[in-house]
Amino acid sequence: MTIFEPDHDHDTKSKLKIASLVEAEEAFLAKARISANSVYFSPNVGSAGSAKGIEHLQRPQGRRHFLASVAALAGSGVAGMALAQTTPPSPENKAPAGAVWRPVPEDATKTQGVAIGEDGGYGTRSQFETEVRWRFTTKTPFSSWSMTPLEHGVGIITPSGLHFERDHGGIATIDPATHKLFVHGMVKQPKKFSMSDVKRFPSISRIHFIECSGNGLTEWSKPTLKTVQGTHGLVSTSEWTGVPLSIILNEVGVRTGAKWLLVEGGDASVMTRSIPLEKAMKDCFLAYGQNGEAIRPEQGYPLRLIVPGYEGNTHIKWVRRIELADMPFMTREETSKYTDLLPNGKAVQFSMIMEAKSVITRPSGEMVLPGRGFYEITGMAWSGRGRIKRVDVSTDGGRTWKPAQLQDPILPVCQTRFRYPWVWNGKEAILQSRCVDETGYVQPTLGQLIDIRGLNGPIGSVYHLNAIQSWKVDTEGRVSNVHYY
Amino acid sequence: MFTTTKLFLLVTVFGTLSAFNTYAISADAIHYNFGEPASANDLKDFVSPLPDGRGLPAGSGTIAHGKQIYEEKCASCHGQKLEGGLGDRLIGGRGTLVNDDPKKAPIKTVESYWPYATTLFDYIKRAMPFYSPGSLTNDEVYSLAGYILSQGNIIKNNDPITSENLAKILMPNRDGFIPDHRPEHFKPADKNPQLR
Repeated sequence: MTIFEPDHDHDTKSKLKIASLVEAEEAFLAKARISANSVYFSPNVGSAGSAKGIEHLQRPQGRRHFLASVAALAGSGVAGMALAQTTPPSPENKAPAGAVWRPVPEDATKTQGVAIGEDGGYGTRSQFETEVRWRFTTKTPFSSWSMTPLEHGVGIITPSGLHFERDHGGIATIDPATHKLFVHGMVKQPKKFSMSDVKRFPSISRIHFIECSGNGLTEWSKPTLKTVQGTHGLVSTSEWTGVPLSIILNEVGVRTGAKWLLVEGGDASVMTRSIPLEKAMKDCFLAYGQNGEAIRPEQGYPLRLIVPGYEGNTHIKWVRRIELADMPFMTREETSKYTDLLPNGKAVQFSMIMEAKSVITRPSGEMVLPGRGFYEITGMAWSGRGRIKRVDVSTDGGRTWKPAQLQDPILPVCQTRFRYPWVWNGKEAILQSRCVDETGYVQPTLGQLIDIRGLNGPIGSVYHLNAIQSWKVDTEGRVSNVHYY
Repeated sequence: MFTTTKLFLLVTVFGTLSAFNTYAISADAIHYNFGEPASANDLKDFVSPLPDGRGLPAGSGTIAHGKQIYEEKCASCHGQKLEGGLGDRLIGGRGTLVNDDPKKAPIKTVESYWPYATTLFDYIKRAMPFYSPGSLTNDEVYSLAGYILSQGNIIKNNDPITSENLAKILMPNRDGFIPDHRPEHFKPADKNPQLR
């Protein structure tokens, strides 16, 4: 599949990367369209769609089909639920990742259920829940990323098993019993800490989002990926628990003149980033907990740096070492990779804060509205600079805006859920959300961003695309990713 | 050393201060004395040079040796001519960074984009070759850095590449980076939005 015509005079790698992502998403969608529980379930709608297909969709099918369930309430109701009970969870009769397949009784009130403890003491999700992260199909699966299915999310917490990943050398397997954290460089007393030492310090818990600064990189010059998982799936939110970096740094004693610290991961890429000391002392922490249990291996088990509001790459996983210095180390990631190249040839460096951003997750790309009537528009807003103050929603492409309801809690550097009631009249609509954070920063349109950053290549300046997202609803209810500004 | 009373008082004060702050973390003056001193021996295998060359391990290499290692261990991913493949393209691309054409990608390589030669040593040493990271000696890494820099026409002679001279190599895009200037100030949005 070619998204951008290959140009042999220029590096085609980024173009091939985009093509790979489109293919990964297509493969995912092909499965989702025939899965009764998917929000993308659309058995009779071909890629071009048809009136007949839409008519068919107005009949209830999936138990949890978000949009079709609206039709179920309005239409046949109870009949729809009966239909769902006898529908196999998947065509292969096989449990999805993270679930165990169990036979479904005709009537669960007439037989004993699964024995307590049968799960070995650690639960699984329902066999009817199929959402998964999907991976960017790189040639090597060891340096790649997988994206969170935001369209399935409820509330603000991302399930740990669906938190997005970006790994540069695979997922390290580390025994906490032997893991050590070394802290040295411009310190009074270099020290090493075992994991039990780390856990003895006073701890804090914070609910923060982490967003890869490459989130949305395919979307600079034209709408490319189709679903919100593809366009925005490199952001997730967890409750993280760990020890403040200020406590660890105080323990070793920072020497006068130290201004930066290098944080190094113990994976095959030995990932490193330089963090300003001021930021480290302000709010960074070394997390060993995620959503009430130990941090997941793919999130950096046993120890991950949390840098609230900074781009995901700075949140070094599998942390094994911290070195203090009087200048940044200028590692590969902060020179050749996570810098924003502008049209004038200059690149912005250490652009680490993730600016305010929002997106409507439902309805979103590739969903089909089954008919006119009520829909709750919902989505997420977040800012690396603090709390979300306000989210506005437009259903006419940004000509008029109405305030959305914000769901408590509204936390700093955390995703905030917004909701907006909407009655679709069957006419074409362009759905957008626009957030404002507590500093007064207003989420820009893509046109405004491009005016400043330019479009140097198909993936622009690559990082930090935080523009307003537009979803077009056509007269047949089909939702698609468009650029409208 | 802290007495139990002093520690108790400090813990009490710290606890009270933290209660007022839900986001920034209060400075904590307590020493807990957890962990152990790290010895020079503990730290001897860690490498993280600064851009001025401090922290580079002793050693030296030659371009000829670098070519040999490159062909053996790097070319399968980065290409016979350093043109890239599974791994990044390493040379070329000068003059492509100034660009406002959405159809043409700028070519960002060691030659065209990387501001510091020390980064090359650091990255190869820690993460390359991809399938056996950390397996190269310091001399081998200096040799490889030299070979890549010579293929990119950044160094012209065949002098050895050493811990003394690597940081002095002036990279073509050394002045290509500017500090973060955000938050950006946007112009008012277009009053007549349309499909693009």
